[in-house]
Amino acid sequence: MNRLLKFYHELGSPPSFYRITSHWLKPMLILAIVFTVYGLIDGLFFAPEDYQQGDSYRIIFVHVPAAWMSMFIYAIVGVSGIMAFVWRMKVAEAVMMASAPIGAIFTAITLLTGMLWGKPMWGTYWDWDARMTSELILLFLYIGVLGIYSAYDEDPRKAARLAALVAIIGLINLPIIRYSVYWWTSIHQGSSVSLMGESGIKDWDMLRPLLVMALATKFYYIYSMLNRAQTHLLKTEQNKNWVKKALIEVKTDVQPGAGS
Amino acid sequence: MTPTRKKRLILVMMVAVGVAIATAIFLTAVRENINYFKTPTEVATGQYNSNSTIRLGGMVKDGSVQRVTDSLKVRFAVTDFEQDVLVEYEGILPDLFREGQGVVTIGKMGQEDVFIAEEVLAKHDENYMPPEAADALHQAKNKGDFE
Repeated sequence: MNRLLKFYHELGSPPSFYRITSHWLKPMLILAIVFTVYGLIDGLFFAPEDYQQGDSYRIIFVHVPAAWMSMFIYAIVGVSGIMAFVWRMKVAEAVMMASAPIGAIFTAITLLTGMLWGKPMWGTYWDWDARMTSELILLFLYIGVLGIYSAYDEDPRKAARLAALVAIIGLINLPIIRYSVYWWTSIHQGSSVSLMGESGIKDWDMLRPLLVMALATKFYYIYSMLNRAQTHLLKTEQNKNWVKKALIEVKTDVQPGAGS
Repeated sequence: MTPTRKKRLILVMMVAVGVAIATAIFLTAVRENINYFKTPTEVATGQYNSNSTIRLGGMVKDGSVQRVTDSLKVRFAVTDFEQDVLVEYEGILPDLFREGQGVVTIGKMGQEDVFIAEEVLAKHDENYMPPEAADALHQAKNKGDFE
């Protein structure tokens, strides 16, 4: 327990966060690529077709993992927003602002793939049912967090706190998205994969690529978020000594012997 | 925890609770408008605005689909297993349209309690399975019916 606490405190300080997570980037990127390639090939070529939709259902292997990520990442934005607001942790600010654009992209992918599937299956690209509307609001929340942060550029730390407040208020949207298809009548179907109850997808050959893609998107998120968070810290801490040291280290890493 | 942090945490929690309560009140107040479609029971008992376009959603009743020859006109009943509403539609139906399938029809209530749909959307459920599994399920169900 003490070691875990120590690790947590280490991650909370920008220099050690930078140092520790530098080693994670490459493995995460490799895992993300391997899982994505495997998941897409498995999903697009080997998974059986659906009894009603034929091959059209295969967009689920992109749509559902992207939708999970859009909400998962917002939860992280919200929680790091609370940490940034209450404890003024620089690393939490970095994680929050690094996560928001990735979440926004996943939300956009969710909406687009949903529309592409909706036209042939439902008969319409878009209609204002509760699930679609709340997911669209999620996209606006991401844009709001990003917009407020960049609008207040005199003081990035103050800007992060303002953005955090928007992120915290927006957390209320997550349960609304999750339960929208049960609370109201909607055209969007319920969840096909459930941790507790019975899943709508029971065939393992269908479920496997979906779960693989869910992992792939998680790995990609960790890679991309850490990468962005590091850049964020380098930028906001540019006058600190550790940044100079870190940049010198990178230089000598990239060009061994270049100084001679 | 230092007093300032405690104060900030309480502030954040108050904001969160306030937003949650406000949202809950708002959603309860506009509940009817967020519902995407009306059920056959609601339409059959007259809980709708007869002047405006409404959405009627439910299952296509088994054995109710009638096609008019030489046209795209089709008539079917939408049911929620309590009430049925007869729907008339002229146009191309979505691929997933079939008896026993969920649909959302958009249109107005016409004469003689027939709903005139301008648009028919298919509603898919959360079940995905390979054709063989669907066949097996179907056979098992039919077998159960005979016994």
